[in-house]
Amino acid sequence: MAVMRPDLAAIAEMIPQGARVLDVGCGDGALLEYLTAAKNVDGRGLELSQQNVNACVARGLAVIQGDADTDLGEYPSQVFDVVILSQTIQATRNPKGVLGQLLRIGRRTAVSLPNFGHWRVRLNLLASGRMPRTKALGYEWYDTPNIHLCTIADFAALAKEAGGEIERALALSEDGRTRAMRTDAWSPNLFAEGAIFLLRAR
Amino acid sequence: MGPKFLRPLTAPDAEKGRAVHFGSEQALALDCGRTLAPWTIAYMTYGELNEARSNAVLVCHALTGDQFVASAHPVTGKPGWWETIVGPGKPIDTGRFFVICANVIGGCMGSSGPAEIDPASGEPFGLSFPLVTVRDMVRAQAMLLDSLGIERLLCVTGGSMGGMQVLQWAASYPERVVSAVPIACAAKHSAQNIAFHEVGRQAIMADPDWLGGAYQLQGKQPSKGLAVARMAAHITYLSEAALQRKFGRTLQNPGGISFAFAPDFQVESYLHHQGVTFVDRFDANSYLYITRAMDYFDLAADYAGVLAEAFRGCKARFCIISFTSDWLFPTVENKRIAHALNAAAATVSFVEIETDRGHDAFLLDEPEMFATVRGFLNSVAAGQGVA
Repeated sequence: MAVMRPDLAAIAEMIPQGARVLDVGCGDGALLEYLTAAKNVDGRGLELSQQNVNACVARGLAVIQGDADTDLGEYPSQVFDVVILSQTIQATRNPKGVLGQLLRIGRRTAVSLPNFGHWRVRLNLLASGRMPRTKALGYEWYDTPNIHLCTIADFAALAKEAGGEIERALALSEDGRTRAMRTDAWSPNLFAEGAIFLLRAR
Repeated sequence: MGPKFLRPLTAPDAEKGRAVHFGSEQALALDCGRTLAPWTIAYMTYGELNEARSNAVLVCHALTGDQFVASAHPVTGKPGWWETIVGPGKPIDTGRFFVICANVIGGCMGSSGPAEIDPASGEPFGLSFPLVTVRDMVRAQAMLLDSLGIERLLCVTGGSMGGMQVLQWAASYPERVVSAVPIACAAKHSAQNIAFHEVGRQAIMADPDWLGGAYQLQGKQPSKGLAVARMAAHITYLSEAALQRKFGRTLQNPGGISFAFAPDFQVESYLHHQGVTFVDRFDANSYLYITRAMDYFDLAADYAGVLAEAFRGCKARFCIISFTSDWLFPTVENKRIAHALNAAAATVSFVEIETDRGHDAFLLDEPEMFATVRGFLNSVAAGQGVA
């Protein structure tokens, strides 16, 4: 694997060898392919875009075309060791419902997300009075797929409300480095560009 | 020895195919409790079987299909029914794979069926031919593969009733299937689909020339009934949007409507053409038998109603494909298969392809379907060391 997105590398590091993994919103399957090769996982994917599903099928991955908002209810409970939701929760219609389903389906849930509390986002809004556009979030407000953006603090609160417990939390810096963080501290919420969480059902 | 056909051949240059004749020592045991012996299965092959016998791909045909998947039909002279996807360099590449396609039991292109001669009486079977099921069709195919010396299939694929056979293969012979691509199908025939089939059967049986199924003895054929059955069925293979796009309300005669019942609209002429050409190549009793086999198909019923149990322990890799505008075998039915496979911990991919061409899309030029099948087969072949 030449260059893997930093949040995916951090998630990959959390996955045990030989685990049964479901990647929700698996994109073109880069992470699943890596996990299959490097960690010998039994990997499955769920992906909305047909082009992406085709890319996955051509890579020999087992991916089902579907929508996280509507299709997760059909999976049996506790069948996966880890369920992954990378850079996807902000694009779901019902983040709380999706997160609840993930906690039900998997023994662990790994989530990565962009942090809307980052200082550049905050400054951007304060200074321009317009909806922020950043490197990580480069859409206009009216055409963005990211309809449910949140901050690290917001997500930590949602995780609790959805019945989850945070096992690990990593702050992701702009240069792609990760380090452990306390979700109740103010500084990661201001300085981290993104975050990676490992949750389990309470 | 080649298969026998019902009608005189109109395409004399076409390949007539091959057939295996099984004697009474190799009777075909049927789900209805009867056995068929002697019996015949007609088939075609394309490409070369490799030395390891690891590159065999079985294509299963739909209700009115036949073994001529990638070569001219010997009766009509038209191209093979799936030449869009099967052939040299095509997604199911006959330059790499050994493709086998057999006429189903109950069919009318050389395999044992109601139109063939009953050796016991010397007359056509007609309705004395036993009722067959999708599982019987698959059992017959397995015996054909035995006789060809093929133990395992790199892939088994097909659309519609062909997809039903694919599912049955995975359930009946899981150890013989490396991968499976069921397209536009379902694990059971729905009430609506049974209803449409019954309309078709009643149209055939209401034709005075059907003669209680014994029309061959009188040198007749219930052509009108069979044509109406085909017309009704053909509507279910399309979609409202496709009919609108192709025909709209366009008139046959630009002069206007006729105030009579001759076909005024192009869509009527199109359906008439579908009906009339169909009777030249298909046997009415076969149509009754095969539609019945589809009606009876309910894979979960053999496993106490739990579809996942049908796939328990199946090591095959699945790739399921459906089409957005297919209302005969809609996406939800195909997804149900995917969920059952997931619940059985099988390896499954599922793709829904956006098209307005309805159920027929699986036979047509659908680049996304081609890309999916090509990519899937490439990765399966690579995993099996097939060049």
